[in-house]
Amino acid sequence: MSALWTWIIPRGKVARREALWLYFFISPWLLGLIFFTVGPIIASLVLSTFRYSIRAAPEFVGLGNYTRLFSVDKIFWKSLQVSAYYTFLSVPVGIAASLGLAVLLNQKVPALSVFRTIYYLPSVISGVPVALLWSWILNPRFGVLNYIIGVLVGPRGLIPLGIQGPLWFFDQKWVIPSFVLMSLWGLGGPMIIYLAALQGVPTALYDAATIDGANALQRFRNVTLPMISPVILFTFITGVIGSFQVFTPAYIISGGRGGPNYASMFYVLYIFLSAFRRYRMGYASAMAWILFWIILALTLLSLRAARRVVYYEAPEGG
Amino acid sequence: MAELTKRAAIWRVTVDSFWERTRRLLSSHSFRQRMLTTISTIIVSVGSLVILFPVAWMVSTSLKTKFGVYKMPPQWIPPQPQWHNYVDALTFNPFHVFIRNTIFFAGSAMIGELISCSFIAYGFARLRAPIRDLLFVIVLATMMLPSQVTIIPQYILFVKYLRWGDSYKPLIVPAFFGSAYVIFLLRQFYMTLPREMDESAKIDGCNPFGIWWRIILPLSKPALGAVSIMAFMWHWNWFMGPLLYIDSNEKFPLSLGLSMFRAPFAGTPFHWLMAASLVTVLPCVIIFFFTQRYFIQGIVITGVKG
Repeated sequence: MSALWTWIIPRGKVARREALWLYFFISPWLLGLIFFTVGPIIASLVLSTFRYSIRAAPEFVGLGNYTRLFSVDKIFWKSLQVSAYYTFLSVPVGIAASLGLAVLLNQKVPALSVFRTIYYLPSVISGVPVALLWSWILNPRFGVLNYIIGVLVGPRGLIPLGIQGPLWFFDQKWVIPSFVLMSLWGLGGPMIIYLAALQGVPTALYDAATIDGANALQRFRNVTLPMISPVILFTFITGVIGSFQVFTPAYIISGGRGGPNYASMFYVLYIFLSAFRRYRMGYASAMAWILFWIILALTLLSLRAARRVVYYEAPEGG
Repeated sequence: MAELTKRAAIWRVTVDSFWERTRRLLSSHSFRQRMLTTISTIIVSVGSLVILFPVAWMVSTSLKTKFGVYKMPPQWIPPQPQWHNYVDALTFNPFHVFIRNTIFFAGSAMIGELISCSFIAYGFARLRAPIRDLLFVIVLATMMLPSQVTIIPQYILFVKYLRWGDSYKPLIVPAFFGSAYVIFLLRQFYMTLPREMDESAKIDGCNPFGIWWRIILPLSKPALGAVSIMAFMWHWNWFMGPLLYIDSNEKFPLSLGLSMFRAPFAGTPFHWLMAASLVTVLPCVIIFFFTQRYFIQGIVITGVKG
């Protein structure tokens, strides 16, 4: 017990003084942690066992919310499906696109900083205007993308394949791919990280590979990929966590309804609507906790799988 | 006859050595590298046009008339740019109010994060205690926490118990208690500053607060600048927070005000929407152009060394 206490406040005048100064400096964070993070987390867990609508008194239901979610609530399963579909589509495609772009830019392309600025620009543009812009571009009748598709491969296009642009956000099958397309516009963000990582790979390794007769593809697979694999892992995990929390476009584009036919009812949108539109706060808290476990499981799984694939450079001196 | 054979022989040697040289060129490393560079440059250039196209389209749409927007085939450059769209769009909804609110909100939150995080990060960077690394891991862990587990109780706390509903208080006050991302960035930055200065100040009798205030802070101006810009822009663009806590129209920030334009039926004033969107987006773009270097540096630090 005293060992624990010593760990928190060390013995010895100098060490103790420094520890107390540490606590002084991080005290705002500690307070915020207790009141805005840990407290709410615990409260949320407790709340998930109640029925609470903020206007009336809470009503204890034990595991009632959870059983309702798993057995009766079809939208719950649908929204999990929607978010999973979005994540499994957007994360790999996004990483491939950003990484590919970074690799291209790394080929001694001239005016690199100009291109970098151009590609990063969409990431600077906010959530609401972006959602509005893309809902206009992907408008089925008047949107410019469907017009271009018609000109290129439509019935009267350059290559008359008779393909017509889909209904994008208005078609159940195309909603999620539309969101993924929109998210691809922001590939400049991860691209910058990859570019920096690529530039950190020692050229000596490439020279050695070339001497051994490796062509460009082999160099990429055996030198580049292993050397930047920690960074890819980082963007993968943050990408998965982030993609599960997509809210603003989902809310704006579906008008807060998650349509058509719940095909854009992202899980987080469903939590928001349950808590703040239907005032089922206990129910929504249960959903939030399920999300927490899902993300935790996905993160641990990724880290476990990564151990076999990610290469960490040995520290200097072996 | 011998003349012909000799000429044929010379011709064959020339042709063979031509193919020899071509083959050698095509498989030479420098040639391949330059081909790679050229192809990459072409792809990247075409890609940048594709990336910029939506922005150009946004501008183009904003200058059309209400019905010109729907013309098929679309007018790439509107024949009579309706510059007044900008005035109309921004006065039909009280955008001057929205802009004022957003500047107040983003600015206050930025100041809060700046003060608190520069303070907190110093503790994590320079002061030692056995528990410190565990606490820092907790900081990182909070970055990965899905916000949904905390927003519901936070809402109950702020609106029901503290009665801060329909105000910016729930959005600004937490900024004064630190933000994990900013704490992380500043801590990494502080760790690059040489300890010798801290130590010589300590020898001169300075306490850690003095060291922070007089030595570390003045040296951190570039990092603090970068962090302020990022914090300002993040709050400028934030939608869900204001959606939760701001109810009255006159208190709306730009993100909410812009979303109010939106209607899930035909007859949406796209030309106005695009004009208003452009105005909402413009400050961030301008700030970005002037401060790119810091931006990119900040992201690189999180991604590559994180």
